[in-house]
Amino acid sequence: MDLKIVHFYHSPYFFYLDKVFMKKVKSSKGQIRAESLFKRTLVAIGVSMIVLVFCLMLTLIIESVPSMKSLGLKYLWGKTWDPVNNVYGALPFLLGTILTSFLALIISIPFSFAIAIYLGEYNPKGWLSNFLKNTVELIAAVPSVIYGFWGLLVLVPLVRTMEMKLGILPYGIGIFTASLILAVMIIPYAASLGREMIRLVPSPLKEGAYSLGATRYEVIKNVILPYTKSGLFAGILLSLGRALGETMAVTMVIGNTSIIPTNIFSPGNTMASVIANEFTEADHTVYLSALIELGLVLFVVTVIINMIGKGIIKKFTNE
Amino acid sequence: MNANVKYRVGKSKFIQGLIFFFAFIITVPLMLIILYIFREGITKINWDFLTKIPKPVGEAGGGIVNALIGSVLIILTASVIAIPIGILCGIYLSENKTGRLSYWSRLSVDVLQGVPSIVIGIVVYFWAVKPIGTFSALSGSFALAIMMLPILIRSTEETLKLIPFSLKEAGLALGLPYHKVILKVVVPCGISGILSGVMLSIARIAGETAPLLFTAFGNPYMSTNLRKPMQSLPLMIFNYATSPYDEWHDMAWGAALILLFTVLLLNIITKLTTRRWNVQL
Repeated sequence: MDLKIVHFYHSPYFFYLDKVFMKKVKSSKGQIRAESLFKRTLVAIGVSMIVLVFCLMLTLIIESVPSMKSLGLKYLWGKTWDPVNNVYGALPFLLGTILTSFLALIISIPFSFAIAIYLGEYNPKGWLSNFLKNTVELIAAVPSVIYGFWGLLVLVPLVRTMEMKLGILPYGIGIFTASLILAVMIIPYAASLGREMIRLVPSPLKEGAYSLGATRYEVIKNVILPYTKSGLFAGILLSLGRALGETMAVTMVIGNTSIIPTNIFSPGNTMASVIANEFTEADHTVYLSALIELGLVLFVVTVIINMIGKGIIKKFTNE
Repeated sequence: MNANVKYRVGKSKFIQGLIFFFAFIITVPLMLIILYIFREGITKINWDFLTKIPKPVGEAGGGIVNALIGSVLIILTASVIAIPIGILCGIYLSENKTGRLSYWSRLSVDVLQGVPSIVIGIVVYFWAVKPIGTFSALSGSFALAIMMLPILIRSTEETLKLIPFSLKEAGLALGLPYHKVILKVVVPCGISGILSGVMLSIARIAGETAPLLFTAFGNPYMSTNLRKPMQSLPLMIFNYATSPYDEWHDMAWGAALILLFTVLLLNIITKLTTRRWNVQL
């Protein structure tokens, strides 16, 4: 912090202050008016964020009313989705979303924890850790449509070959492929949060364990992981929130079949992907509104997961 | 050393190796993706590719100029909408750290950050497409602007929190009006952090496809009219990649290369310029 303050006083901005000081300070009525206008603008914009989110939710609710009325609650666990015959059931998409997200989460956890422990404990400084840290951040930066494209033309044939060897129907596309792509996409979220959390472990705790003769692994297992477990859990939650709402990459490799998936290799559909695929084709009110209801479910679930995650982080960093 | 200690040290070494392995294996998919897209894309990019509009299936040649210009226009419009609001809201939140209103405002920004992009696409469809009756680039920009806001607000707020309070006090003590203290003292001090937030938010939306599906919609022809459907790079990649034609796949590789390198470049530049600002985004 000290260094930062020194930096300010040597920065050109500080000399700029002199110019401001030199100006004759007039407290005319106009300036007071401008001041209160500025303050009011700030408050108005702060309020507009609340209004924006509120309207977002309201729009989703209002637009999904037709489907709630005509389909009722059983829509959510209806097994068939057949818009041509006006049969709507969201279970295939709920299952598809849960399967892809949790599979992706399970695949990603060893990697994101390893990155977090490496960057937080083994090697917090130096070019190698910088390299890894930047790579992880770039993984988060790659657009999801590019992951999808790459997955479709490179990963899908690979999975297909693998499936042929295993003796399963070789679709290539499907829930497993989507989970693989998703896993890569969500690793950065849990990894960077976990790294922050591991850095917060007080060094006296670790030193105490070392002085008792603990090995590095024992320190990680018995001191660092128990201390950071809520933070790591929050990281997993944020990753999950990300995975649930991911649209493009999943849409491109999941196969877009609206049937209940029988195993993890079968093609399927997630809530986000069915919206992306059918929204512009939905030709009557109930169909469209059924899709929006899916969007509403997605919205509510991701918001709740994100809020819990952020709440845990806040509690953790304040302690 | 007795056997137990040897075992424990050995176990520790083994786990260390495992962690290093798992940590660094993540660089493989990124390298694979970048290398593959580079290899496939670089041969497709030439002058025609950058200056012509696409040709119908079966005809050789054609380019993606409509998607390039569309992307730039949509992103520019989104920035014009989002940047002033985002920065002002960031100022509001950093100035009002406590208080009920700012608490709810901050919570809303948190909520907005977690909303899946496809949901924003749906909502903007009902706000800006359905009432007007036509897909338009403007509605696409509007959706992207909503996606930019949380990043902009967060980075502005976090940067301004780092500005020493004494600087503000000095300005106020000299009798400067509040808005001048903020706009001419506090904001210029944090300008590099704020700018990095701006660049990061642009990098984030440059590759967004899902909100554009129901708003900007895409357009195979050249269009610069913001009130009409417009093509953009990510939309074009999505449409061409999921098509069954090899020529279209080729064009999508070229477009993917351009998009990927733009986004990565923006991220790297942001990182280099903000190294001295310890801002958590």
